[in-house]
Amino acid sequence: MIRKIAGLLAVFAVLALTGCGYNDLQRQDEGIKAAWSEVLNQYQRRADLVPNLVNTVKGYAAQEEKVLIEVTNARASVAGIKATPELVNDPVAFQKFIKAQGELTGALSRLLVVSENYPQLKSDALFRDLTAQLEGTENRITVSRNRYIKSVQEYNTTVRQFPTNLTAMIFKMDVKPTFTVENEATISAPPKVDFSKPGAAPSAPASPAPATPPAGSPPPPAPKN
Amino acid sequence: MRIARAAWLLVAAGLWSAAVLAAQAWEAGTDGLLPIPPLTARVTDLTQTLSAAEAQALEAKLADWEARTSNQLAVLLVPTTQPEPIEAYSLRVAEKWKIGRKGQDNGALFVVAKNDRKMRIEVGYGLEGVLPDVTANRIIREDVAPPFREGKFAAGINAGVDRIIAVVGGEKASPVTEAVKKVRRGFDFEQILFVLFFVVPIAGGVLRAMFGRFGGSMVGGASAGVLIWLVVGSLLFSILGAVVIFAVMAAMGMGGGTAHRGGGSTTTGGGWGGGGWSGGSSSSSGGGFSGGGGSFGGGGSSGSW
Repeated sequence: MIRKIAGLLAVFAVLALTGCGYNDLQRQDEGIKAAWSEVLNQYQRRADLVPNLVNTVKGYAAQEEKVLIEVTNARASVAGIKATPELVNDPVAFQKFIKAQGELTGALSRLLVVSENYPQLKSDALFRDLTAQLEGTENRITVSRNRYIKSVQEYNTTVRQFPTNLTAMIFKMDVKPTFTVENEATISAPPKVDFSKPGAAPSAPASPAPATPPAGSPPPPAPKN
Repeated sequence: MRIARAAWLLVAAGLWSAAVLAAQAWEAGTDGLLPIPPLTARVTDLTQTLSAAEAQALEAKLADWEARTSNQLAVLLVPTTQPEPIEAYSLRVAEKWKIGRKGQDNGALFVVAKNDRKMRIEVGYGLEGVLPDVTANRIIREDVAPPFREGKFAAGINAGVDRIIAVVGGEKASPVTEAVKKVRRGFDFEQILFVLFFVVPIAGGVLRAMFGRFGGSMVGGASAGVLIWLVVGSLLFSILGAVVIFAVMAAMGMGGGTAHRGGGSTTTGGGWGGGGWSGGSSSSSGGGFSGGGGSFGGGGSSGSW
């Protein structure tokens, strides 16, 4: 009789260990996929705005060739990367994608800085609408990135904590990559403010908008590479 | 003797669950960010800019619009949003207040940071189609900023609100379907009742025949605990469930499971379950105002004056 109970309890113990955290991991993995799709969505939205923006600026500031070409090239390189939901599982491709998006952000902000020199451009209704849309999209990108970071944080914590890390090891689930700040060196350097005559290329380094998560959230765990 | 032991187990589980829940209830501090004001009315003015009459008129206008179309619009005036930019602050507020109906997300939030001279219209997912960023930007620039520059805040806010209402318009609101109260882990009360009424007595009878009354209840309780842990993933619930199932099976073993006995244990189980698992969608009551569970995605536009 004791042996029967002991045998049954042993079976239950094995079941308990394997069931431990499995559902949580699946749920969080799906959450990551959804959050990442949203991020891709917003990046695509921004990429779609760029051609119109470039054309509008060209109408007033055609001589700013350098910046316009930079933006166009940055957008082309972003379009060249196949952005799929599977990107989260490949840290190298993930970093490449993020870097390309960061370059587009930098090019766009340089374009907006340059357009400050053209009051006619600034008062153009279409340009104003496009910048409003661009600002809205940048905000949406920030929000979706923050939500992605939160979902990855939850998942990574489950993967690394005991006892759910045993389940993760059994099913070969690893930590997923998260956003860090691109070109950290450039941001850490203090901006150079240049009050020389307008029309000269501004010397302040591009201040990319890819937002770090707000101060409140804890730093994301580094991806296991 | 056995009942005393079961009772002791129940008390111990109860104390432990209370401790765990208390630990989980501790929330991290806001790290120097502004606290979010509580949502008590559609118009929240922390800067004493609007007179009582103006605030009431605005409140009535917004309440009327909500009654007609189910779209929710809230107005918030704060002195400043520092250290955050207004976008981050208004998103935090919107996510906490949950303006707009759950599922439809037809809410908007109008935030004015008076000392920063910045304002933002935060648009929920559902209204992004009719109130895109460009329109929100135009409303801010053309309708709200000019009066604000002259110091006419009530006029500016009303102008903005009127324009938002005009742009979004309103189809007749669909009747509010009473959302099923979803329990935290996504399984509902009926399932628990089904298990208690059918599965437990049958399984209990079989196990008791195999292992005797105490052994059968032990095995039943343990397997229930393990199953709950597999499904719910919480050690807390699984131990509580194991104890309950054990008590139920043991009680049913006495006196051949009379209807009175069975009814007593399940109703106590039901009452405890109902009290513990409250919480689902919130509905706006007559007196106060509460968000309907709408969500936001960062759409909308900011401006300054």
